[in-house]
Amino acid sequence: MNKKTKVRNFHQAKWDEPVIYELSNKGERGILFPEIEKEIEEIIGDGISRLPENMIRKQPPNLPELSQMRVLKHYLRLSQQTLGADLNVDIGQGTCTMKYSPKINEEFAKSPKVTELHPSQDERTVQGILEIIYNLDLFLREISGLDKFTLQPGGGSQAIFAMASIIHAFHESNGDSEKRDEIISTMFSHPSDAAAPTVKGYKVINIYPNEDGLPDVEALKKAVSNRTAGLLITNPEDTGIFNPKIKEFTQIVHDAGGICGYDQANANGILGITRAKEADFDLCFFNLHKTFSSPHGCGGPATGALGVTKELIKFLPVPLVEYDNEKFYFNYDVPKSIGKVRAFYGVIPAILKAYSWIMSLGSEGLKEVSQIAVLNNNYLLKKILEIRGANAPYARGRHRIEQVRYSWNKLYEDTGVTTEDVTCRMVDFGFHMWSSHHPFIVPQPFTLEPTESYSKAELDEYIAGLKKVVEEAYDNPEIVKNAPHRSVVHKLKTDTLDDPERWAITWRAYLKKNKK
Amino acid sequence: MKRIGLIVNPIAGMGGKVGLKGTDGSAILTKAKCMGAEPESSKRAVKTLERIVSLKDEIELITYPSEMGENAAKQCGFVPKVIGTIREGRTTSDDTQQAAKDLCKHKIDLLLFAGGDGTARDIYTSIGDELIVLGIPTGVKMHSAVFASNPMRAGDLALLYLQGKVKEVKEVEVMDIDEEAYRTGAVSAELYGYLKIPFERRYVRGMKAGSSPDEKYAQEAIAQEIIDNMEEDCFYIIGPGTTPRSIMKKLKLDNTLLGVDLIYGKELIEKDLNEKKLLKHIKDNNVKLIITPIGGQGFLFGRGNQQLSPDVIKEIGVDNIIVIATVQKINSLNGQPFLVDTGDRELDDSLSGHVIVVTGYREKIVYRIDS
Repeated sequence: MNKKTKVRNFHQAKWDEPVIYELSNKGERGILFPEIEKEIEEIIGDGISRLPENMIRKQPPNLPELSQMRVLKHYLRLSQQTLGADLNVDIGQGTCTMKYSPKINEEFAKSPKVTELHPSQDERTVQGILEIIYNLDLFLREISGLDKFTLQPGGGSQAIFAMASIIHAFHESNGDSEKRDEIISTMFSHPSDAAAPTVKGYKVINIYPNEDGLPDVEALKKAVSNRTAGLLITNPEDTGIFNPKIKEFTQIVHDAGGICGYDQANANGILGITRAKEADFDLCFFNLHKTFSSPHGCGGPATGALGVTKELIKFLPVPLVEYDNEKFYFNYDVPKSIGKVRAFYGVIPAILKAYSWIMSLGSEGLKEVSQIAVLNNNYLLKKILEIRGANAPYARGRHRIEQVRYSWNKLYEDTGVTTEDVTCRMVDFGFHMWSSHHPFIVPQPFTLEPTESYSKAELDEYIAGLKKVVEEAYDNPEIVKNAPHRSVVHKLKTDTLDDPERWAITWRAYLKKNKK
Repeated sequence: MKRIGLIVNPIAGMGGKVGLKGTDGSAILTKAKCMGAEPESSKRAVKTLERIVSLKDEIELITYPSEMGENAAKQCGFVPKVIGTIREGRTTSDDTQQAAKDLCKHKIDLLLFAGGDGTARDIYTSIGDELIVLGIPTGVKMHSAVFASNPMRAGDLALLYLQGKVKEVKEVEVMDIDEEAYRTGAVSAELYGYLKIPFERRYVRGMKAGSSPDEKYAQEAIAQEIIDNMEEDCFYIIGPGTTPRSIMKKLKLDNTLLGVDLIYGKELIEKDLNEKKLLKHIKDNNVKLIITPIGGQGFLFGRGNQQLSPDVIKEIGVDNIIVIATVQKINSLNGQPFLVDTGDRELDDSLSGHVIVVTGYREKIVYRIDS
């Protein structure tokens, strides 16, 4: 690394690797099994015909056919084309809380004690994992102040959907669900707080921020009515600004007959500092894959742990995991349950990792996590504001909580370099910045969230990267506009995303759309 | 080969530097010159052309003589095709209008013009929305939404459009203020029409989700929401603008883009009504008003829809006003509240505060109104 500028002369691997189906060779195998010995065949036949008929596939699945070595190469090559949290200073993915996921927790999760569990096992044989689920519920009760958690939702948006379903069930039990068809949220809450209730069938009213970046109490008063079903809100919002009037918000919504759900997917700045209970929320959820260190898994195996006050326990999805002083058990006797939001009990590896992470830290440790995350963020804020062309709209001169939504608008006005260009150029120095800053109220946005995991030296390295790109933008903007120069792909063409004829999310859909 | 047209209004902006709030009319121009105003417009147009000069061998630039474009083009290294004639140093709005007309005949892909609201209005008056245009901001008044944020950005957007990287266009307002009245302190902006400009994605969307390529889908969603919730025994006044027009289009009703139309039972009663006619129709009836902010500054009343006078608004009732706007339009206000300036202070106060805005199908937001 160039010690003076602290910018790496990075170069990403580019393998030009095809989709795995394109590598497929008919008949190629990873393992060649020996023929069945005569004696065995005499006793059990060919094996297959002993299976119940309804379990036998009429057609084999269309899987790619490759040898072991080629499979290994394929995935290693792909892994070299990524910039994950374990490779780069991953603070450019604000709102996602990209912290370190301790590797010891992976060891626990891949132990046969976990991997050999089956969700249909009798509960007497899985007391250990049930205890972990139950204890994690207890921890989360303590962290939030609410009364019972389900770990069933497979991620944040699913937890929000479950919250919307509980809000609906609550009003239904009061004979009020027809009339109450509106959910209130804010523009700087996570966009799923509006999207998930829409899927549930709710109309959504979003409150725009005032000049401080916060939703106004007066605006909320305008939004509530006898049609209000509930409030779904993030705090601190995606700007990293904490709404100090949050208790007034829940009060206004309660007075209008609605109930309040707290999106705490990212609670990384407030652990041990403020709780859902004290702000009078009726529901809340935590993403175990954000605040509680379990890996994001590329949008895959995650958990949105959903908690409620005791009045709402009767609506939670089944089964709940309970303890009767002798054993842990599944409780399906939840009278007004919304049913299931996902199969079984939750993503066990994510639950196990979060449990282990909390156990390793204890209550003081959790509070320290938040303190360091906030400290890191405000150090970063100060340094970013010193960079030419960067600014942080709203709350000028004030500290932020765990993240900040910044703007390159000045840079853009001065040089024509957009936030997308900066993102692409940062890749050349081995840094990832992501591109989702919904709802895009802030022009030329970028969102940084340093979490507690990074040292000052690493934050400085990232800042040096941004400074270098900005210098180039003012001196020779073409370098930035034509970036990346040392990455896997050049520019992403996103216009295909607008045209359903041209995108496919599975190989099968690709074949169908291309009539192959 | 793509063709680009260039019109520089050489006197645009001269009034501003000497505090004259505009340069419309020859008497004011003389006054501005006496006060020491210097032509800036051409210099600023050069900044735009510098951003596209890399394409000079691939595009043909057609322009008017001397200070109306030729000089700026040559200064940047273009070899322009020069058409028309002017009286150097004494050009007027007639020259802008004539230049637009002449360029129109040359099948221009993009018309760049340097000027202010007056220039935009001249182009609209002369050729309507026949060409895709883009304004280089060099004027004093720039209420119209046809201008890029500065000359360099105009060049960047023009480049993307000429390279085919930006394909969509959008219709935006041409507004102008009566300068004479403005100088005496009264503001009366009128909506003159709509011009088509290249659609700039100022707000980069995320890679996670595709988004509509233009405002059209959002407008259709708003229209459907309004139509689904229309009451039976009720008059609906449909204000000016492309978003209210989408309701009329969806109902397959004849309409005016700049005027105010009236419907009842999803049928057109009358279009392009003035204040008097409006009052006659709605007196003692159930009525709702559907409006959208006009222009780049977010005016709900008092700019471009003066038919909706204080008397009309009072007859309708503040609670019967339905505000509609695409999120994109709202975002373009950069957080500035909607504004009202009806001419009736008390009414303005009662309209101020927060308002619910329909932004999509089953989607609303709460936004502030200031007076």
